[in-house]
Amino acid sequence: MAKLYTPAMAKVDKRKAKEAARNKGKVVRSTPAMEAWKRLKRNKLAIVGMLVLAFIILIAIIGPWIAPYDYAEPDYDHRLETPSSTHWLGTDSTGRDILSRLIMGARISLPIGFLCVIAAFAIGGTLGALAAFYGGKVDMIIMRILDIFQSIPPMLMAIAVVAVLGKGVINLVISIVISSLPARARIVRASILTVKRNDYIESARAMGASSGRQLIKYMLPNALGPILTSFTFSVATAILTISSLSYLGLGISEPSPEWGAMLSGGKTLIRTYPHVLLFPGLAIMITVLALNLFGDGIRDALDPRLK
Amino acid sequence: MGRYIIRRLLWMIPVILGVLLIVFALSAIAPGDPVDSIVGYDAPEEVREAKRQELGLNDPFILRYGRYVIGVFTKGDFGTSYTTKQPVLGEILSRFPNTLKLTFFAVLVALIIGIPLGVIAAVKQYSAIDNATMVFALFGVSVPQFWFALMMMYIFSIKLNWLPPITANSGAAGWVLPVAMIGIANVGMIARTTRSSMLEVIRQDYIRTARAKGQKEGKVIFKHALRNSLIPVVATLGNTLASSLGGSVVAESIFAVNGVGLYMLNSIDNRNWPSVAGGLLFLAIVFSFVMLFIDILYTVIDPRLKDEFNAKNKMAANKRAAKKKAREAARSAKAQEV
Repeated sequence: MAKLYTPAMAKVDKRKAKEAARNKGKVVRSTPAMEAWKRLKRNKLAIVGMLVLAFIILIAIIGPWIAPYDYAEPDYDHRLETPSSTHWLGTDSTGRDILSRLIMGARISLPIGFLCVIAAFAIGGTLGALAAFYGGKVDMIIMRILDIFQSIPPMLMAIAVVAVLGKGVINLVISIVISSLPARARIVRASILTVKRNDYIESARAMGASSGRQLIKYMLPNALGPILTSFTFSVATAILTISSLSYLGLGISEPSPEWGAMLSGGKTLIRTYPHVLLFPGLAIMITVLALNLFGDGIRDALDPRLK
Repeated sequence: MGRYIIRRLLWMIPVILGVLLIVFALSAIAPGDPVDSIVGYDAPEEVREAKRQELGLNDPFILRYGRYVIGVFTKGDFGTSYTTKQPVLGEILSRFPNTLKLTFFAVLVALIIGIPLGVIAAVKQYSAIDNATMVFALFGVSVPQFWFALMMMYIFSIKLNWLPPITANSGAAGWVLPVAMIGIANVGMIARTTRSSMLEVIRQDYIRTARAKGQKEGKVIFKHALRNSLIPVVATLGNTLASSLGGSVVAESIFAVNGVGLYMLNSIDNRNWPSVAGGLLFLAIVFSFVMLFIDILYTVIDPRLKDEFNAKNKMAANKRAAKKKAREAARSAKAQEV
């Protein structure tokens, strides 16, 4: 038999009562965004994710000033040293300090990850929004074309595009954007479709708002929730894809301190010097984990019913 | 229902043509001149030009694309490898069983572990088991697969010497690490999906009814709840498969599995584009057919979709009938005017 009044419900009531007592006699301003922020703040794991992410971004920004050594300068007297007080995370096969390289690597993986996702959402999102907004034939044509793109698994698509265009940061971004377009378009399309039928859109149209204005001013802000959630998860996936491609030798290559490239450079050392491989992988995992925790938190905060 | 399946089957034609177009367009901008591999790099320009004319490489894009499509469908002509001068399809077919084995077992293992984990987590929501499962799932989707593979290789092959570090010539044991590597991300994804859909289903009225009539808890969970909550899991199977195919490329490279992925990667290194394009095309076609199967399976196991589809059909039929009526009315009105 289900309990009618669970401890969790009691906890919520207690919190609400406390809040009410605090706000007694005050006029409380509340917007959906503020409500979501309140819910997000209560989610401990999401806050941990957010703080870790903020920390990594901070490291990326101040990297050149805090890195203990030059990330690119080989030091053949100190090759493959295990972690010690002079080199906290050890050195790699040419004596470069792994910690310094990890710090500088944050300046590559994160911005490129964000860039990929922003570009994919800008292009895919526009397609998805147009499909949802105009519906009918436009929708059908756009979605069918995206269906075709989706019948090639993203990783294979990315590999093929890099194979054609060649290595390099820009080509890497292009390949990831192309391979993730259909998924991004779908998310934006679905979110626009859910808000499209609301009365306020109808009234905007009745007031004579142009198509662009209806879409950008009224639909997009209201459809932002799922897009925002997916944005965080997409950055996580993009970072994983970038590192995988770099590991395969198709993305960013040595001497760049990109984390996947560091792993690719050290893969022959697995038997003898596993520390060279351990730390870059941990760095990728912690970053992606933080993004996923934060994304989970945003999702729960924006749509509490899902919890 | 039958109509949906037929329509879905027919839709395969433009999809496959579209995939061919993408691969062909990529080939058009790919590095390397097909003539090089036939007449040699140092052949004089006239010879090359003559060969180009002969092969029809100077024809318009659409014509070449048409020839490519016909070649693929009638002769299974996926191109000829620059390096071995052998037909690409044969080289792919000899390697495909390895990729298939890897992907199949990775998905299977993920389902076998992921679904029960998700069910347990949902049934014991907020318990230690639930939290542990979700942490594990989160780890699965956050860890870079190739790094996880390398770490496992270090622990199980190098330190403990339990498992062989490469798959070739090492029997079943050689497949454990690559399957685990691809499986880890999928287990996480499947466990999360199963958990959330199970949580939703458990709160439905029919579950309460089943309990109210005194049904055993085990039966309630496995017969009434699980079957319904598996529908979203089947829906995500396509994603699982796509990520497994992508993962298999990486796994093949790490564990030296002689599959299509490794073949493609080696071909990229050798600038042997026809082999890359052939591999891409082959895997995309296989993937499309599996997706077709999943879509059909999905409509078969979810009776709601059938109803929805029938209702839609009915609506469309009504609309057509109404249009016809209106047309006839207009025609008779016109006739009367005359």
